[in-house]
Amino acid sequence: MVQVTTEPVMEKEVGPWKEGWRRFRKNKIALVGAAIVAFVVFLALFGPFIAPQGVNEQDLTKRLLPPSGEHWLGTDDFGRDIFSRIILGARISIAVGFFSVIISIVVGTFLGVVAGYYGGWLDTIISRIFDILLAFPSILLAIAIVSILGPSLQNALIAIAIINIPNFGRLVRSKVLSIKQEEYIMAAKAIGMKNNRILWRHILPNSMTPVIVQGTLAIATAIIEAAALGFLGLGAQIPTPEWGKMLADARIYLLNAPWTIVFPGLAIMITVLGFNLMGDGLRDALDPKMKN
Amino acid sequence: MSDVLLQVDGLKKYFPIKKGIFAREVGQVKAVDDISFHVYEGETLGIVGESGCGKSTTGRMLMRLIEPTEGQVMFNGKNLTSLSAEEMRQARRDIQMVFQDPYASLNPRHTVAQILEEPLIVHQIGTKAERRKKVIELLQIVGLSEYHANRYPHQFSGGQRQRIGIARALMTNPKLIIADEPVSALDVSIQAQVLNLMQKLQQELKLTYIFIAHDLGVVRHISDRVGVMYLGKMVELATSESLYEEPLHPYTQALLAAVPVPDPDFVKETKVLQGDIPSPSNPPSGCTFHTRCPFAKDACRELVPALQEVRPGHSVACHLYDDAVTMI
Repeated sequence: MVQVTTEPVMEKEVGPWKEGWRRFRKNKIALVGAAIVAFVVFLALFGPFIAPQGVNEQDLTKRLLPPSGEHWLGTDDFGRDIFSRIILGARISIAVGFFSVIISIVVGTFLGVVAGYYGGWLDTIISRIFDILLAFPSILLAIAIVSILGPSLQNALIAIAIINIPNFGRLVRSKVLSIKQEEYIMAAKAIGMKNNRILWRHILPNSMTPVIVQGTLAIATAIIEAAALGFLGLGAQIPTPEWGKMLADARIYLLNAPWTIVFPGLAIMITVLGFNLMGDGLRDALDPKMKN
Repeated sequence: MSDVLLQVDGLKKYFPIKKGIFAREVGQVKAVDDISFHVYEGETLGIVGESGCGKSTTGRMLMRLIEPTEGQVMFNGKNLTSLSAEEMRQARRDIQMVFQDPYASLNPRHTVAQILEEPLIVHQIGTKAERRKKVIELLQIVGLSEYHANRYPHQFSGGQRQRIGIARALMTNPKLIIADEPVSALDVSIQAQVLNLMQKLQQELKLTYIFIAHDLGVVRHISDRVGVMYLGKMVELATSESLYEEPLHPYTQALLAAVPVPDPDFVKETKVLQGDIPSPSNPPSGCTFHTRCPFAKDACRELVPALQEVRPGHSVACHLYDDAVTMI
């Protein structure tokens, strides 16, 4: 008779996600990033209730006023309150960043999984399309797409989504390729599992961590790209309080009313910084191997 | 003697070597080159050999995890090699596998209960409650408990994980278990524990094992019969006793001579093999072992020796025993 001993394991039942959250909580810088993101998202959701003035409340007697008690961040060339416009602009930047990245992730993951798992000529075609898309500087490609579709915020969102697809596609493809070789996939086949089940229950969940990390960082990039398109007049149109557009409209007053350009710029910078810090923290927490 | 459960005939796996942008085939790696054997119901057949000799490829071909280039696998009266992909998938219910690396063979994102339940789900066995019962039953059989069911693989030690791997293989009540180096990744102290568990399970559940390993000591402990592989070929196949008492093939002799003896004063006649294993993409002519064989003669360089029974229950593929064959 065999005596097999089992010593009770001391740890509590922790899944890989909980484990990651525990590591994330310890990372102070990442928490600062998460706090910034939470704050901007809060502004995006409740902006209209917070902003002291509406987006388009013009008062031409109060043009280009410096920051004061009444107008915390000053006024622009139409006498509009910059503080209010920045708060209301949060919604646009967050929406563009978030939705464009969601589209990129969904499309990119699908293409990446198909290319990585099934391989063959499908992989060749999909990978070459990614290569072609990545051969263009991304902002140039976005400009080209917007000029085809016509300048508007919605088309800018679509363009940003398209240019980010190959990043996610390649990421997922490489991850699927490496997970395909893992022994637990061989084990899944040996058990008698169908391809679909292996793909959706074993390969996909194990390839999602880098996608989540990359997604957070991509929101930051998408916000910058949206602002750039807005600045070039290809994104949000007058009078939408989009931060990039605000920068563009303010640049002629750079010398005599610098607050018109400094504060929207700071808003972009702080938001992007928040997403980047949070993304770095997520990477360290969820995928410690990726750090080095 | 009991019935034959698995009959393998002329199994081959040649991997193409491709080069250039058009993936032109420039050669072949003969990972497994024409091997035949059978496994009786209820026995353990050990397969030993150096790394790269094709023993793992053989194990995987039996389940068609790797498609054989040629040959036939008859299991329980069914020709596995002629089944469609879907039929093969269902047939895997009766043949299960235990893997080498207990750290890599369990999905890190699934709990033990999910891992063990999955074979039952994919083969549509039982209701949810019945499946849960079976999971706990098997956890207890391999020496774990219900207490461990909701834990993740990383919370277990190597030995515990390998027992989970064994439990997973047993979920569907298979007839044959192919164990691909199941203990070589474990500490020696844990190896014995897992081996004893496997032996106990074999007796209680009437299992048949194919036990692949590179460690002769481990194989001797568990096997009824042992096959020795060299460069994709089976060079010797005999009962465990007969093989260890009197190895016939020069390669087997060298392998056994290399097993360390736990006695510091023991001075053994050194029979260390010279040279490396030749590349399987360009194997030597005749007997593939002749480049390293101390007894090689002219015939060995030209003629491929066939695996022949030279004593009852003891087969060897070597020209040194050509005379012995005619004597029987």
